[in-house]
Amino acid sequence: MSYNALQSDLAKQGYVASDDLAVALHLALSLERPLLLEGAAGVGKTDVARTLSAVRDTRLIRLQCYEGLDAAQAIYEWNYQRQLLTIRAAAEDGETGKTVEQRIFSREFLLERPLLAAITQDTPPVLLIDEIDRADEEFEAYLLEILSDYQVSIPELGTITAKSKPIVILTSNGTRDLSDALRRRCLYTYVDYPSRETELAILKARCPDVEVHLSTKIIGFVQKLREETLEKTPGIAEMLDFAAALVGLGIADLTDDPAILQSTLTTLLKTQSDQAQITPEVAGRIAGRAA
Amino acid sequence: MSRVTRFAGRDPGPAARITGFIAHLRSNGLRLGVAEAETALAALTEIVAISPDESRRALRAVCTGCKEEAVRFDALFDSYWMDAGRVKQKVIKNKSSTISDDVHSSRDAKGQDSSGAGSVNAPDDTSGDAESDGTGKLISSEIRNLSRKDLRDLVRPDEIAEAEVIARRIGAALRDKRSRRRIAARKGDRLHFRKTIRHSLATGGEPVRLLRKRRPDRARKIVALCDVSGSMTVYAQVFLAFLAGLMRADTTADAYLFHTRLVRITEALRDKDALRAIGRMSLMADGFGGGSKIGPSLALFADTYAKRFVDGRSVVLILSDGYDTAPPAIMGNALAKLKKRGCKIIWLNPLKGWNDYAPVAAGMAAALPHLDLFAAANTLGDLAALETELAVL
Repeated sequence: MSYNALQSDLAKQGYVASDDLAVALHLALSLERPLLLEGAAGVGKTDVARTLSAVRDTRLIRLQCYEGLDAAQAIYEWNYQRQLLTIRAAAEDGETGKTVEQRIFSREFLLERPLLAAITQDTPPVLLIDEIDRADEEFEAYLLEILSDYQVSIPELGTITAKSKPIVILTSNGTRDLSDALRRRCLYTYVDYPSRETELAILKARCPDVEVHLSTKIIGFVQKLREETLEKTPGIAEMLDFAAALVGLGIADLTDDPAILQSTLTTLLKTQSDQAQITPEVAGRIAGRAA
Repeated sequence: MSRVTRFAGRDPGPAARITGFIAHLRSNGLRLGVAEAETALAALTEIVAISPDESRRALRAVCTGCKEEAVRFDALFDSYWMDAGRVKQKVIKNKSSTISDDVHSSRDAKGQDSSGAGSVNAPDDTSGDAESDGTGKLISSEIRNLSRKDLRDLVRPDEIAEAEVIARRIGAALRDKRSRRRIAARKGDRLHFRKTIRHSLATGGEPVRLLRKRRPDRARKIVALCDVSGSMTVYAQVFLAFLAGLMRADTTADAYLFHTRLVRITEALRDKDALRAIGRMSLMADGFGGGSKIGPSLALFADTYAKRFVDGRSVVLILSDGYDTAPPAIMGNALAKLKKRGCKIIWLNPLKGWNDYAPVAAGMAAALPHLDLFAAANTLGDLAALETELAVL
């Protein structure tokens, strides 16, 4: 399968991937290496994984990272309540310590968290490790063993090796510098805001009921808006919301009614200072230039 | 569009070219190992390697690891693969500063960090700089000073040792109480189930001893920015010794100098020999004692380095007198942006120690609302006294 085939498969599921991204995904699949996607929020990093799992018709296992995420929530944890009950029951049945120990530290008592679940599937799933930069540095170290050898070591149980290698996609917003050790194990692609043509294709794929005339206006407007110095530049998701809002309000042209345009801008501008900066006059000027 | 490179007839084949390319990238500051060459070759077999566009994309996915590298990659790719007939591109000497004990060229310490400024063939030009020190430098000026001052004249080794002790104490005082992860501890506030169950096995499932865990204190990361413009020359001695001490006491600390430019000096200051570290720093800090652009320097910091090195557990320490030539709004915005990364900002101003000092300098006034602590510091003793104030931050 060449990268073009992958690209068109993704497109069928409504995801328009740039050539850079398609080649990187293709390599990640064929070389069985994790893929690290970096880029601003809202450029479709997470959606890659979701679409890929749909294309490959496999499970999507998602691990949302946050500060303080630890092994117990990401890899595995023992089911303490069950263990405690079993020990009590065994004591009454007169079972010996050795057999009880073996029993309560078996797979039966193991609660699988996303990372362990990902490597114990029969068919390779898509493992999405989302916003890895939010987790702290110690957590990256946990990931190294899983990402390079696809195995998990549990002291009481031994090493669990992957039945099938999952397709791993990591995303990062670049709020923190990732360690070199992690970067080295991954293929890397920087996902930028899409070009005008790509974004038009995305809009067409996601909202087919937007008229051609309006959709070029919308894309023109959003692209121009991204050139302004905003605190939070609107991403693709915001653009789609904006289009849906305009369609919902039955607007045919952006320059028709400044008041309505301004009220729909709430879908694009997500901070107070950005909303204060794009006054109706500025919005009208941008809409005029976008035409 | 440049043409594809024609390799010499005696060239041994694609594998050698790829390793040559990896070496080319490595000598331009990308951190690549042997494994990458292997992956690159494997990657090329998976695509149509004859198409330059496709191999460019594949090699970019394999060889780059961050946005800066990805941006530089195109120029490096062109210079190796798309050059008209030259087998090897003349390589610009290693930009990343390698710490080597016996090699110290003035070149690898040339100020601008290897963050990808300038293209492969055209480094930044420097125009409009003053050639030497003037007199009456008490007001802030915009002109960069090109005369080089050896900072080793300013700092004595025993001061660095003293500063190291102080820096270590300050580092210990700055502890972050927030952490969501817990570790085993005698007097923890939560039960440590895993350990408790394990121990209760011996007593037939009766958890006789309850083991506990608690949130550990996290060390805070100190990021120090030191103003070395003309108006600060008098105080440079103290602050540079403090920086040198800080870097030696705390392995996670980060340090920068600024005057009209911003320079990262962390790597240089990690030199094992304290005085040599100062020497390397003075090579990087050319322009020392010149004009000051505090606002733009802080803005640059907030936009670039801060994204990588400043997080919620950082303390940003600014050592400056606040006399800025740029409009005060720039400084206010830069600090607001920095503050949004969740860090604490401490401003140590040597002038605050003066009688009837008021932060009337426009820049200082703009900065005040964003500071967690605004204190005086003229001597190492003053810095040591900060310990108690930092502990409650």
